[in-house]
Amino acid sequence: MEKHTGGRPPSPASPAPAHGAPGPARRNTPPYDGWLRGDRRRRRRERIVVGLLFLCTAVSVLTTLGIVAVLVTEAAGFFAEVSPVEFFTGTRWTPLFRPRHFGILPLLAGSAMVAVGAAVVALPIGLVSAIYLSEYAPDRVRRIVKPALEILAGIPTVVYGYFALTFVTPMLRQIWPQTNIFNAASASIVVGIMIIPLVSSLSEDAMSAVPRSLREGAYALGATRFEVATRTVVPAALSGIIASFILAISRAVGETMAVVIAAGATPRLTLNPLESIQTMTAYIVQVSMGETPFGSLEYKTIFAVGITLFAITLAMNIVSLAVLRRFREVYE
Amino acid sequence: MNATAGTHGERFQPRTRLRRTIGSVCATLFLAATLVGIVALVVLLIVVWSDGAGALSWKFINSFPSRFASRAGIKPALWGSLWILALTAAFAFPLGVGTAIWLEEYAPRNRLTTIIQTNIANLAGVPSIVYGILGLALFVRALALGRSIIAGALTLTLLILPVIIIAAQEAIRAVPSSIRQGALALGATRWQTVRHQVLPLAMPGILTGTILALSRAVGETAPLILVGALAFVPFVPRGPTDGFTVLPIQIFNWISRPQPEFHRLAAAGILVLLVLLLGLNAAAILLRNRYSKKL
Repeated sequence: MEKHTGGRPPSPASPAPAHGAPGPARRNTPPYDGWLRGDRRRRRRERIVVGLLFLCTAVSVLTTLGIVAVLVTEAAGFFAEVSPVEFFTGTRWTPLFRPRHFGILPLLAGSAMVAVGAAVVALPIGLVSAIYLSEYAPDRVRRIVKPALEILAGIPTVVYGYFALTFVTPMLRQIWPQTNIFNAASASIVVGIMIIPLVSSLSEDAMSAVPRSLREGAYALGATRFEVATRTVVPAALSGIIASFILAISRAVGETMAVVIAAGATPRLTLNPLESIQTMTAYIVQVSMGETPFGSLEYKTIFAVGITLFAITLAMNIVSLAVLRRFREVYE
Repeated sequence: MNATAGTHGERFQPRTRLRRTIGSVCATLFLAATLVGIVALVVLLIVVWSDGAGALSWKFINSFPSRFASRAGIKPALWGSLWILALTAAFAFPLGVGTAIWLEEYAPRNRLTTIIQTNIANLAGVPSIVYGILGLALFVRALALGRSIIAGALTLTLLILPVIIIAAQEAIRAVPSSIRQGALALGATRWQTVRHQVLPLAMPGILTGTILALSRAVGETAPLILVGALAFVPFVPRGPTDGFTVLPIQIFNWISRPQPEFHRLAAAGILVLLVLLLGLNAAAILLRNRYSKKL
């Protein structure tokens, strides 16, 4: 798969003699330097292009640095006024009205509840869809079902919010009449639907990478198709499957609009999914829609909550990449 | 398969019939679970269509928002979305392709490159609202661009950049190395090889990836709320420094109201948004099918 041997452009000296080298017969005439001049221009252009391309690359590095710098400096301003102990252990979150409390636990609990609920929906369905697509589905079916599932990931999250509020919540209220209009369960269900394709696509990729010989070995020992799928292919693809699980949960933690619309704006420590809650993302949206003065403590809460959210999702993404890299079975 | 002693000294029992039954029951269950996602998609589309189709009309598309549901329309939001789409494409495409070219064709194979590559993979997983926070602090405040289209487009550029880079890298990687070697052997510089040989072959893949990333940008709501897209815009933006709203924010605004007639407007807005996305995706598929055979 090696495309090019090294990082440096090929030495400009090597093509030059091919063009401009004077043959033995023309020893006394000066070398035809039109080529060389052109070559110098080409070399200069090459350097400029490399510089420009590197600048493009620098943008994505600067983006990361920018995110970290903005979050850290503004959150530092927040933590100068509110002690981190109160922030991370407080059980009440009321920064917008008095008496003000800055305990992030209710928001963390809200995000965790939505993420767990979404995981309950998406992980089994996504994994089973992946098993079906990779081990059972005829090619014709797979070519229709896979893109259809991926459409789910392409639908804007505000649409899921609408679906939750106008369809899922009324359905929940028919089953449990005490359900609040805004509730964590409805948000969890739609976020779960939204991340099904993430789980199914990545897990299926991992299963498809399991070599045929492993399956054939299992079949030769008398295993049924179900046993091959669940006891040979799934364990062999486990690193990819777990990586997809972690990524999907991280996506659910960071999901915003569906949660803003469906789960409400009541930061509260509860285990009841039928009540209204608030997640970290939903709080950030709530503050930025209001008229909070720039530089006020309320304004800075955006960054304190933001850095917590960023740290959590980043940690999950890094773990997911590490799982993929460290525990990948390498088949020769 | 001579089943003699098992681990506990018992005879191995094939139990073929039981295992086959379990297998076929589970096969049905697997199929059913796979269909859950598809069914959810179909139900979602039916719900939106049955709520919104009635409110859909030319007047709806060509009117300004209003306190009265019967007069409200999405003209500024639609134009705002198109502005955002165009500007984001103009920023993100060159940046993304440039980065991909550097990483695939020029980058030395060292630690720095690995770090940059890992960094891009991680950026792809950062929640969109965090990009909104960055846009708020960097573009709206520090660069004093205000609540403008350009601030929104720059924010979304950073958001979709990792997606474009990864797609463009895959497209460039798929170009056979014999083509590069041929060009280099004829005396082309590295950039001439990339510009005239590699890029034309990789372009369909790059464009497909870019369009899919842009369709994500069109559907984004949260980061644009952070950078201050307005909820009520009674004008069509004329330039990149104007205030703006976009379709998802207009839809969100209507969903947040309690009256059911505004929910119908939201559903109609969703239909317009989905048609826009469908158009973008169709363009991506057409590009892929049109050019993929030439390689």
